[in-house]
Amino acid sequence: MRNNVLSGALLGIGIAAFIDETVFHQLLHWHHFYDKSTPAAGLVSDGIFHAVSFFATVASLFLLASLRREGAFRARPWWGGLLTAAGAFQLYDGTVQHKLMRLHQIRYEVDLTAYDWTWNIIAGLLIVAGVVLLTRSRTAVAA
Amino acid sequence: MIWGLAALAGAYAVAVARLRRRDIDWPVGRSLAWYAGVATAAAATFGQHHDFRAHMSAHLLLGMAAPLLLVLGRPVTLVLRVLPVRPARRVSRLLRTRVAWVLTHPVTAAVLDAGGLWLLYTTGLYAQAMARPWLHTLVQVHMLLAGGLLTAAIIGRDPAPHRPGPIVRGAVFLAFVAAHGILAKHLYGHPPVGVPAGEAEAGAQIMYYGGDLLHVLVIVLFFRQCFAPAPERRPWRLVSVAPAGESRHHAA
Repeated sequence: MRNNVLSGALLGIGIAAFIDETVFHQLLHWHHFYDKSTPAAGLVSDGIFHAVSFFATVASLFLLASLRREGAFRARPWWGGLLTAAGAFQLYDGTVQHKLMRLHQIRYEVDLTAYDWTWNIIAGLLIVAGVVLLTRSRTAVAA
Repeated sequence: MIWGLAALAGAYAVAVARLRRRDIDWPVGRSLAWYAGVATAAAATFGQHHDFRAHMSAHLLLGMAAPLLLVLGRPVTLVLRVLPVRPARRVSRLLRTRVAWVLTHPVTAAVLDAGGLWLLYTTGLYAQAMARPWLHTLVQVHMLLAGGLLTAAIIGRDPAPHRPGPIVRGAVFLAFVAAHGILAKHLYGHPPVGVPAGEAEAGAQIMYYGGDLLHVLVIVLFFRQCFAPAPERRPWRLVSVAPAGESRHHAA
């Protein structure tokens, strides 16, 4: 159970970071690679999260493989962990990294309000969905 | 530099030939990895790259791709296997010394590697190296050696009496990947002395994304080791329904 949540959560971080990188940086070119007004703390936070997202993705897939090999894989806690972590990462990115540390903005030369709200509301929805799945899997285990 | 690399390839070939004469098996994959590593390093050192983009591509090959391949060639294992007993014992005693412990520790390797990069790109060293061929060669040798030490410390399969556990190795590599990414982004906005802004931006992105690609490879190899089931916990080896190719795969 705990390893299922962990594996899902690690992949959640990885996927959220991956979508951020491919869709917003590479495909849409909305985000900037590096905004020259970024302070050092933002750069460090970004670097650490970037490295963590790699490690998390690879670790989660190996953990998933070993869970399946042992027949211990449970879908509900796994998805619960995944959605919660993806939402939490997105929320951290949208609030702390974009706003507090001003790493880069979602988009440039437009009014950001709608973008910021959409970004963070999606993050909130992911967290709610994940937590619901996690609590339901816990009651399922208890029952 | 080229002569040094040729010597590395030659010494390996001689050692493998000796093993074969004594009927000792040495997997072809290891030899291929070693020669590919030497070739990669050689390709990276051809010419002196005054263009920052070309320099950065060569840096990735020399500092990460070549060391990874060389480490997969398991040179220390080969040396220990090919030497007669007494010199081999001397080598393994050398590996157990305190100096070897400090040198091969992941923290030392990561500091040498990342520290070297920060020095090279954030001080005047890069411009100096571009102007002096001997300094440039020294920088290249440092990159290859530091990269080799780091890769060996994280995913090496060679005998290493002091190798720390997976948590230390994983944490050190995580820190290294972060430092590498931070430096790449820093260079994007702050070009090294003598590098035009456009070249620095392109070079920084090569460093960032190319570095990612190679780091992921190392991370995959790292976790494959961590999650490798212990031999006694391999139930599927006892089941004979595995396809014919399977047993060869596990032996490798």
